[in-house]
Parts: sequence; C-alpha cells; structure tokens
Amino acid sequence: MANPEVPHRPWTQRYHVAAIGWSALLIALLVASSIMTGANFSIFLANIDQFFALLGQMSHPTWAYTKIIIQPLYETIQMALLGTTIGAALAVPFSLLAASNLVTNQILRNLIRFFLDLVRTLPDLLMAAIFVAIFGIGSTAGVVTLAIFSFGMVSKLFYEVIETIDMGPLEALKSVGASKVTLIWYAVLPQILNQFVSYFLYTLEINVRASTVLGYLGAGGIGVYLQRSLGEFNYGATAVIILATLVVVLIIDGLSNHLRRVLL
Amino acid sequence: MAATQPATDSIISFRHVNKVYANGTVGLKDINFDIPRGQFLVVVGLSGAGKSTLLRTINRLHEISSGEIQIDNEAISAYKGKALRQLRCHIGMIFQNFNLVKRSSVEKNVLSGLVGYYPTWKCVLGLFSAHDHQRVVQALDRVSLTPKIFARADELSGGQQQRVAIARTLMQDPHIILADEPVASLDPRTSKDVMDTLKRLNREDGITVIVNLHSVAIARQYADRIIGLRAGELVYDEPIANVTEANLDQIYN
Repeated sequence: MANPEVPHRPWTQRYHVAAIGWSALLIALLVASSIMTGANFSIFLANIDQFFALLGQMSHPTWAYTKIIIQPLYETIQMALLGTTIGAALAVPFSLLAASNLVTNQILRNLIRFFLDLVRTLPDLLMAAIFVAIFGIGSTAGVVTLAIFSFGMVSKLFYEVIETIDMGPLEALKSVGASKVTLIWYAVLPQILNQFVSYFLYTLEINVRASTVLGYLGAGGIGVYLQRSLGEFNYGATAVIILATLVVVLIIDGLSNHLRRVLL
Repeated sequence: MAATQPATDSIISFRHVNKVYANGTVGLKDINFDIPRGQFLVVVGLSGAGKSTLLRTINRLHEISSGEIQIDNEAISAYKGKALRQLRCHIGMIFQNFNLVKRSSVEKNVLSGLVGYYPTWKCVLGLFSAHDHQRVVQALDRVSLTPKIFARADELSGGQQQRVAIARTLMQDPHIILADEPVASLDPRTSKDVMDTLKRLNREDGITVIVNLHSVAIARQYADRIIGLRAGELVYDEPIANVTEANLDQIYN
C-alpha cells in the first residue's frame, strides 16, 4: 500500500519558531527588568541567614497568645464575610452588563468594563488608608475597602463565567416570549450559580488574608495585632497569628471544595 | 380583530422575503409562499441553504432585510417589545440541541414555556397558578414523561430531553410549532418517537407544524407538503402526493 500523501508543513511550524521565539522574548524581558529595577538576587542570598534567624524565632509560637487573638480573628472573618457579600452582590448586575453574549450594545459594555478596570486599579491599601481617614479607625473602613476590592475582582470573574454559558436555553426562552429579566433568571443564573458560589468563596478566602494586612492601617481585625507583635519583635506571637489565619483559610477552602462538589 | 378577519386560510405568508447578513452573505432570496392552517410542512435542503434562517424569521429570532411575513394576515415585522413577546407566546419552537436548562428540573423547564404569559415578577418568584402546575403534569403525560417531573434535565437521555422540550412548547398552547432539525442528534428509534409526537399534535390539536429536516426519508414519511431551499432560494414546493425521488433530487443539485 502506498503511503498517503501528507500535506507539506512549513519549517516555521515544524521547528516551533513562534513558541521558541515568544519564550526567548519572555526570558529576555525578565532579565532586562531585573537589571533595570536593580532587583539583585545576590542580596537575597547574602542576607538569607537573617531570614532563617527570624524563621527560627517564629518556630516557637507563643501559644498563650491564642486566647487574645480569637476575638480579633472573629472580627476579621466577619469583616471579610460582610465585604465579600456586599461586593459580590453588587458585582452580579455589573457582570451581566459586561458580558458580551448578553449585551450587544458595545458602547455600554465597554463603559461598564472601563469602570470595572478602574475599580480594580485602585490598590486596596490605598483604599483602606482613605477610608480610615473618612470613617475613622475601626472595621467600617475595612468592610468598605473589602467590598470595593471584591466588587472589582468578582465582577471580572463573573462576567468571564457568563461568557462561557450555553446560549441554547437563552434562544429557547426568547422564543417563548420571555422578557430580559426572565431570560436571565431562567436561562442564565442556573448555568452559572455553582461557579458564582465557588468564586465567592475564593474571594472570601483572599479577603481573610487581605484583611490581616488592612488591619495594619487601622481598618480593624487581626491586622492590628499582627502589627503590634511585629513592632514588639514578638515573633512567637506573629507565628500564632499566621497559623490562626492559615486555619481559617483552610476551613474556607474545605468548605469551598465541599460546596462545589455538592452544587455541581 | 374583527376587521382583520383572515381573507384566506393561510396562517403564515411570505411575500418577497429577503435576508442579507451584515457581512453580505445572502440568507434568503425572494421567498414567496403560503402555509395553510393545520399543515405539516417540511423544509429540506443542504446545510447552509437557509432552512434555520427561514424558520427563525417566523418568530423573529432573525430579522428579515426586506419583504413581508404575515401571521394570521398581520404583518409581523413592526412588532416590538410586548407585542413581539405576545406573538412568540403562541409560536412553539423545538431545537436540534433541545435547549433545555440542563441544571434545572424537568418541571421548571416545562414551566418556562409559560413565562410569556406571566408578568416578569411572577416568573422570577415562580408564582405560577395551581392550574398551570396541573397543566405541566398533563403536558408531560402527553409525552409519557410524568415520572421524570422532578428529575434534573441533564439526567435524561437525548430523546427524553427532546420530549421535555415538546412539553415546554405545549405549555405555550401554540398555534404554530417550528422545529429546527428536531431529530438530527437522535438515533432512529427516538427520532421516530419525536416525529410521531409532532405529527400527533398536528393531527389532534390542529397545530400548524413546520419542520426543518435534512433526512429526505423522514420528510416523505411525515410531511403534508415539502418545500426545498437551495442557497437561500425556494427551489421546490410540492404537496406530498406529487413528491418523487427524482424531482426531490433537484433540491440537491
């Protein structure tokens, strides 16, 4: 049997020119940015002993400190939960308006997306500083910061999910004379609900970690204690705070995995 | 309505209908024909001949570029908002891929056929009348799927999903059913189930049924009349009595 004729493959494709080219460019960019910013790996290596010294001190957690941080840790979780919920709730209408398969008006869609980009550009630390100045020291500033931060992030995650849905049910609902809102309620939401829950929990996890940092600026929660322990060089206490945060993150992660399995 | 009593008994009329897509592709070219009330009409033609486009111009899922389509002797091109939704209320549609909301229950999918009849807030809250809940059971009974009422749509086989889609359409109490390749993704036996169900609705309820098919064999078995499209043009139109293998071939050449 004669060999079937295989179409000719150009040499650029045969030797993966594009892939190799892009990889080389990426490495060149990395090296160049390291040189230009003066980030020096040898400094990191020269001072690594100090890093280990610190780690040594942190490896003896002051367990007695656990009692003190339970209340602020609780406050941190409440802040994260409130901020994430408010942010995610606001994100739902915006993500629907930003999805290219639902909104055909390109001007409106781009306006919404520009607004969302703008919100995501605001650094959370800057927002926390501003809101502490406005609302005073305490968890209100933290909650508002987390809500805005979650809103920006979740909106993008949500509209990317919406853009992957099956459009068939939408056509069916349209064909029976459904209004826009009914269409979204019956054909869009059931398709995205489980991913929404999953992203909500992911954001909650990020917010628990973020709120520890926000506490630094006086935005409430466990961050205040983190700052205090570091300021007093009480690394044993720092270790307890980090471990406690880890426990919370692990619990949320477990919950998220469980819910995703159940809802799928 | 009395003033616009049907002059003829055509339920749908196409008058010089043209459709040109934004990129210049011709979808439909000067289509003229009438569909009598209660007919089982099959549209055949190659993929891309304009069958789906033709079907979707009837419930305005696709807009036409020029010409006129009349339903019950009323031009439908100008319908907007509520009037358009009301038009769609009475036109059922069946799709090749069933287009059920897979993660919702069979009951909710069937109920969704009613949303054109209810105000939005009642749909969102799921406030359907007890009578309509009863009708869901009856509709499912007609497609022999009552035991599956609380199952999730994606737990059903393809043929069962298509029957749920038919039950959804029944809730609309339609005068017209449009079916776009309803059996293209089904095996021969379930295809027969689905086509038999459509035929029964046509005979028993007097619903006008328009089906797109690429299988000429199935078309000849069920149609009262076959029309053929080629490159957006109506090239064939015969009552089933006059259809022969030889003259059907002209659609494909």
